[in-house]
Amino acid sequence: MPDTVELNVLLDRHPRRPESLLQVLREVQEVHNHIPPGIDAAIAEALGVPLARVRGVAGFYSFLSLEPLGRYRVLFSDNITDRMLGSREMMQALCGKLWLEPGKVSEDGLVSVATTSCTGMCDQGPALLVNGRAITRVTHQRINEIGELIRAGTPLTEWPAGFFRVDDHIRRRDLLLESDRMTGAALTAALERGPDAVIAELEASGLRGRGGAGFPTARKWAACRAAAGDERYVVCNADEGEPGTFKDRVLLASYADLVFEGMTVAALAIGARQGFLYLRGEYRYLLDALEDTLRQRRAAGLLGQGILGRAGFDFDIVIHLGAGAYVCGEESALIESLEGKRGIPRNRPPFPVTHGYRQRPTVVDNVETLCAAALIAMRGGAGYRAIGTPKSAGTKLLSVSGDCARPGIYEYPFGVSVRQVLNDCGASDALAVQISGPSGVCIGDAEFDRRIGFEDLATAGAFMVFDSSRDMFEVARNFVQFFAHESCGFCTPCRVGTSMQNALMDKIAHGMGTRHDLEELAKLDRVLQGASHCGLGHSACNPVLDTVKRFRPAYERRLQSLYFRPAFDLDGALAEARRMTGRDDAGAHIRGES
Amino acid sequence: MSETFLLDGEDIPFEPGQTVMQAALAAGHYIPHLCYHPEFKPHGSCKVCTVKIAGRYATSCTAPAQAGLDVASDTDEVNELRRTLVQMLFAEGNHFCPSCEKSGNCVLQALGYDLGVMTAGFRHLFPDRPVDASHPDILLDFNRCILCELCVRASCEVDGKCVFALAGRGITKHLIVNAESGRLADTEVELTDKALAVCPVGAILIKRQGFAVPIGERRYDLSPISAQALADAPRPPSGSQPCPSCEDEA
Repeated sequence: MPDTVELNVLLDRHPRRPESLLQVLREVQEVHNHIPPGIDAAIAEALGVPLARVRGVAGFYSFLSLEPLGRYRVLFSDNITDRMLGSREMMQALCGKLWLEPGKVSEDGLVSVATTSCTGMCDQGPALLVNGRAITRVTHQRINEIGELIRAGTPLTEWPAGFFRVDDHIRRRDLLLESDRMTGAALTAALERGPDAVIAELEASGLRGRGGAGFPTARKWAACRAAAGDERYVVCNADEGEPGTFKDRVLLASYADLVFEGMTVAALAIGARQGFLYLRGEYRYLLDALEDTLRQRRAAGLLGQGILGRAGFDFDIVIHLGAGAYVCGEESALIESLEGKRGIPRNRPPFPVTHGYRQRPTVVDNVETLCAAALIAMRGGAGYRAIGTPKSAGTKLLSVSGDCARPGIYEYPFGVSVRQVLNDCGASDALAVQISGPSGVCIGDAEFDRRIGFEDLATAGAFMVFDSSRDMFEVARNFVQFFAHESCGFCTPCRVGTSMQNALMDKIAHGMGTRHDLEELAKLDRVLQGASHCGLGHSACNPVLDTVKRFRPAYERRLQSLYFRPAFDLDGALAEARRMTGRDDAGAHIRGES
Repeated sequence: MSETFLLDGEDIPFEPGQTVMQAALAAGHYIPHLCYHPEFKPHGSCKVCTVKIAGRYATSCTAPAQAGLDVASDTDEVNELRRTLVQMLFAEGNHFCPSCEKSGNCVLQALGYDLGVMTAGFRHLFPDRPVDASHPDILLDFNRCILCELCVRASCEVDGKCVFALAGRGITKHLIVNAESGRLADTEVELTDKALAVCPVGAILIKRQGFAVPIGERRYDLSPISAQALADAPRPPSGSQPCPSCEDEA
């Protein structure tokens, strides 16, 4: 039985309520590298939840495990951009060095090596996580060093600091990234304007949500403000899980004050006293700095009781860490996760603005949206509205990665063409660009004059470039694997359909595909698109549809000419029987199947 | 006079707060469904009850009924989608109707017949799911579980025990039971639990009762599931002692 005193100390850092379950599990995982037997029952007892729910939550999040996974758990980021930089080969190299199979724990319990979904380091990949800490720019030399450090049992704290360096790579600044460090200026302005006027300025600014969906922010805040109830919540969605997106990471690393200022402005506008920053588990390394910033803001009177001396303006922020689940980027799944549960998207209506966290009115906004809201509260909406295009006011941060000379963060006024971005980032041989990640769209070079904005190419920010050496089938296949891995499993079409899609892509990849399989993929799309519970399932077929449409030869050169072919080889399946019976005549073969 | 909406061209009356499914069933109109149960709050996971409302797909068990809706349910397009979903559920688990005690009483099987599912449609996944026969009176055969969560909901909302829960994610999602050992015998489950009565398939079986009613004389042997809409009209739960820790969810 593990140390109960230690567990009690850990538990005491959290309210002993079911809502704390995920945070407690995450911290236990951090200490023990898994959730040891017995501890799960102790947690269930302490938080007043059934043991099966503790195990259910532990089994939902990729970074939690009820089984030991080694004292060192190495997870290679498996986004296509990491693969393009050689991550697969490096994982094999590390496994070879450690005498290990991917996905298995070494016999001495020292180490396991596996893959994880995009860790948001696409501009400085290949990347990996060791016990949850991000390592960037992995090279074969670095792999050798990591292998040595693991074999020597060196604690992570003694690993070279350079391994953990994460750069901002800000390549182009505009309105938002040129703003000064925000310590109260927007809040002072917002207090002077008053809540209604803040929302009116937001309305005038035309600000729309930056997480991809583009819902008008003013309308969301006004609806939450008007919703019945006396407790309201502000949630900052920093669960930046869309592969290829990393702009929120940079905002949280270098503009945290602006993010918190935006949350506090939102609290003023809707009348909230409690805020949450939902930080994706992959960004755990940012936690200490973010907590420091929160402490400084409390000391400066920008958080806590009577903010900026205004009696009754009380608001504070708690940071909640995710634990490896892309679906929690969906706002209602995020709220479930905040409540300590499995991250399953809720049925809507009702919407979070009326029934959010603990069924109370809740505003959930993207990191970038809240930053922009702070700027608008300070400077007014008209100036913001003057930038961009008719339906897309202001600027957008793009996370540029892939085949280009200068990957990183680019801030543009909306309306910028794809071609312009490609020129600026030094992508001279672009074949395709994946806009807004796997759930977005893939466009080919004939469409590079299309523009970023809600009128044309809406985006959460990912901008992955593929040059003419890339195989777009493999790009799509990577995304299909991603969706199958990240499906929450709630609804039938997405749970089963993403796996079936994965199997079809594997069949084609292995040279067993036919035109019939392309039709099957289209059929799956109709089911996922039509019947899925949330956006994950709706968009899970986009990568295949887009690439079949634009890069059909990448599929066709893999297809058999037959209309149908089973995924297994009928005649080959009889080989063992032929061997056993010593027969090899015509009657012992199956021929001419069609 | 109550308000109405249109279902396949017919007027369906509804009471405020009802969903499209509840109103349809109460009026004797069948919409295929699996995870919906008349005594529980719908949660909409199986998606078999998908309909088209004003040209857009919607989950009829969770979609609020509203005056003037134009709902299309029994159409070739929607039924084709449902067939695919049923095929997916068959492919996901290990379902062998000829050797299953639930045959004839199984909602999945009945839907397969009723919707005219004639082929497998997908390459079956043949997952490895050991059975839990630890309990002297109850067999848990996870091979047949379709993850409808009815036992989960019934155990928490009605039995007040939370014997069942879900673990895993995506295609690895699976049913677990609330015991340190992970075995049903070590849970608080009792033969009288609502959770045991709501399983639509053969995942939860009472031992030694399998063939008390002969095959051929069972519920869906006698008449197709689509002819039994009224049996699933909404009704209050039989018994109610919500689990204290789950009250917020009930």
